[in-house]
Amino acid sequence: MARYIAPTQSKASQIFDVIFLVVLTLGALFVPLKMGLSGAAKTVAAPEANPTWESLGQTPAQAAQYEALGYTPESAHDLILARFDYSFTTGALLAMIVVIIAYYVLMLKFSETEYREVIAEKFDGK
Amino acid sequence: MANTDITSKEMDGFGPHGTVVGLLRVLGPAHVWALGVGIVLVGEYMGWNFAVGKGGAYAALIACWFAGILYSCVAMIDSEVTSTVAAAGGQYTQAKHIVGPLMAFNVGLYLTFAYTMLEAANAITAGYLVSVVASMTGYAGELDQRPFIILVIMFLAWLNYRGVLATLTFNLVITAIAFVAILVLFLSTSGVLGGGIMQHAALMEGHELPYGWIGVLAAMHFGLWYYLGIEGTTQAAEEVRSPARALPFGTLAGIMTLLIAATLTWYTCSGVLPWEYLGDGVDGSVAPLFDTARLSGSTGLVWLLGFGTLFATLASANGCINDASRAWFAMGRDKYLPGWFGAVHPRYRTPYRSIVFLVPIALIFALGAPLDQVITFSILSGLLEYTFMPLNVIMFRKKWPLNTIKRGYEHPFHPLPAIVLLCLCGITFFAVFLGYGTQLIAMIGFYIVVSLWFHFWRYRFVSRGAQFTMPWPKPEGY
Repeated sequence: MARYIAPTQSKASQIFDVIFLVVLTLGALFVPLKMGLSGAAKTVAAPEANPTWESLGQTPAQAAQYEALGYTPESAHDLILARFDYSFTTGALLAMIVVIIAYYVLMLKFSETEYREVIAEKFDGK
Repeated sequence: MANTDITSKEMDGFGPHGTVVGLLRVLGPAHVWALGVGIVLVGEYMGWNFAVGKGGAYAALIACWFAGILYSCVAMIDSEVTSTVAAAGGQYTQAKHIVGPLMAFNVGLYLTFAYTMLEAANAITAGYLVSVVASMTGYAGELDQRPFIILVIMFLAWLNYRGVLATLTFNLVITAIAFVAILVLFLSTSGVLGGGIMQHAALMEGHELPYGWIGVLAAMHFGLWYYLGIEGTTQAAEEVRSPARALPFGTLAGIMTLLIAATLTWYTCSGVLPWEYLGDGVDGSVAPLFDTARLSGSTGLVWLLGFGTLFATLASANGCINDASRAWFAMGRDKYLPGWFGAVHPRYRTPYRSIVFLVPIALIFALGAPLDQVITFSILSGLLEYTFMPLNVIMFRKKWPLNTIKRGYEHPFHPLPAIVLLCLCGITFFAVFLGYGTQLIAMIGFYIVVSLWFHFWRYRFVSRGAQFTMPWPKPEGY
């Protein structure tokens, strides 16, 4: 096998590569956000019509700290009652596991092919 | 045994691949500590408390300790590998020599994005802090935080551009002040000095585990935030005077500092702030240590923790710019990215083009995305990196067993730390899935697409044998 000679990349091509990476990065962050798929939003399942510290489940010690922070039962209502929903489907969990494992298998497989070329050229002069 | 000469005084910054000048070797173990702890300590000042929101205060404590185990494994593994692969790029360079180019490209991106997102999160927090100070000092209107966010990122990028010694000496001073502030707050509020204001039992009554045990698993997601970034010490590998001594010493001292700081932070904040308020880092407690100081009734503590929070955010953003630019620079130097990024400033000896290029990227994230999403992206990149590390060290020991190359540090009980790390990463993936499954899939989808792009397009511009720059013998099995 002949020693690999890397081609010279044109400036325009280099700029295009950088723009491509940046656009992909921004897309990975902002597309789920813009589509409202970012998850992790808390919701209040059972709102209190006339909240008091007691109806919000707060002991006197807890209520005293909220008041020290400047809250009233009304202003603390959402903060105290909002909860995450941790329900999930087995299918979604399995899909995540498959995606993660497939990703690392892809990494290791392609990396191994490339690595053998590197070692062969470095140590065997090929 | 091959002589790897990782303590060479002559090979200034290694300067491989025909570069005219390399990075400057001027740092000591204290700078390595300042880089690692400086990046992470902001995690005690903001962000960790999302773990409280995910599962309650006790869940956050369990997550704190399990994440502590995860990062202890990271620090041990990192100390061995990086004290041997002493070159800029840290885990990227490790992957390049041990696993292969595509893995290295991915790891380089993990590092760049984890640190750039963390930098953005720090700038957001700094902007918030300025607005709080403005309202505390009598400003009535709604302060526009954006100019302060831009100022923080621009100033620190300029500092990084001008030289690594000044950058990390600055970090050493402000990180030490931020750490002392946590100790003083703990001593002042716990009753050790004067009257205590802690009331853990009363504040947690009826809310011990509000989500049950699944909340404990969910809390692992943000449990990482207590320590995320300690692995960044490896980025200084090409700029320390003695990598074999400074890197393990600085990294292991750093993780010990953080284990203490994280536990004290949880104890102090959860004993003063109600868990629902503490756990909401957007509408509740954005800066929990600062909020705890406010409730202490001591003006001195408020100012101390105000400065502590500001210094922690600055130290972290500063270290992140340093680390992200080194990873980007190392990839440019190897032509994994356009070689233009692989330049070193002829006078300041810094990777100046990479530093400047990443400024607008950080600004886009800081000005355009909410804090929890930015933190989640940083955590996800970190998590993918930690999953790579056990694979990396197992392959490292297999390809170059002990006594075949000189190591600056040999971590004990191998492969136990690697197995523990892999298991804890699996648990954390599940925790992320519980709240941010879409981002997780979006991010892995992104890495799969860029990996295919790298393998089938970009890699053609990379010289093969020249990537392997360590003076090691041929790996076993090849």
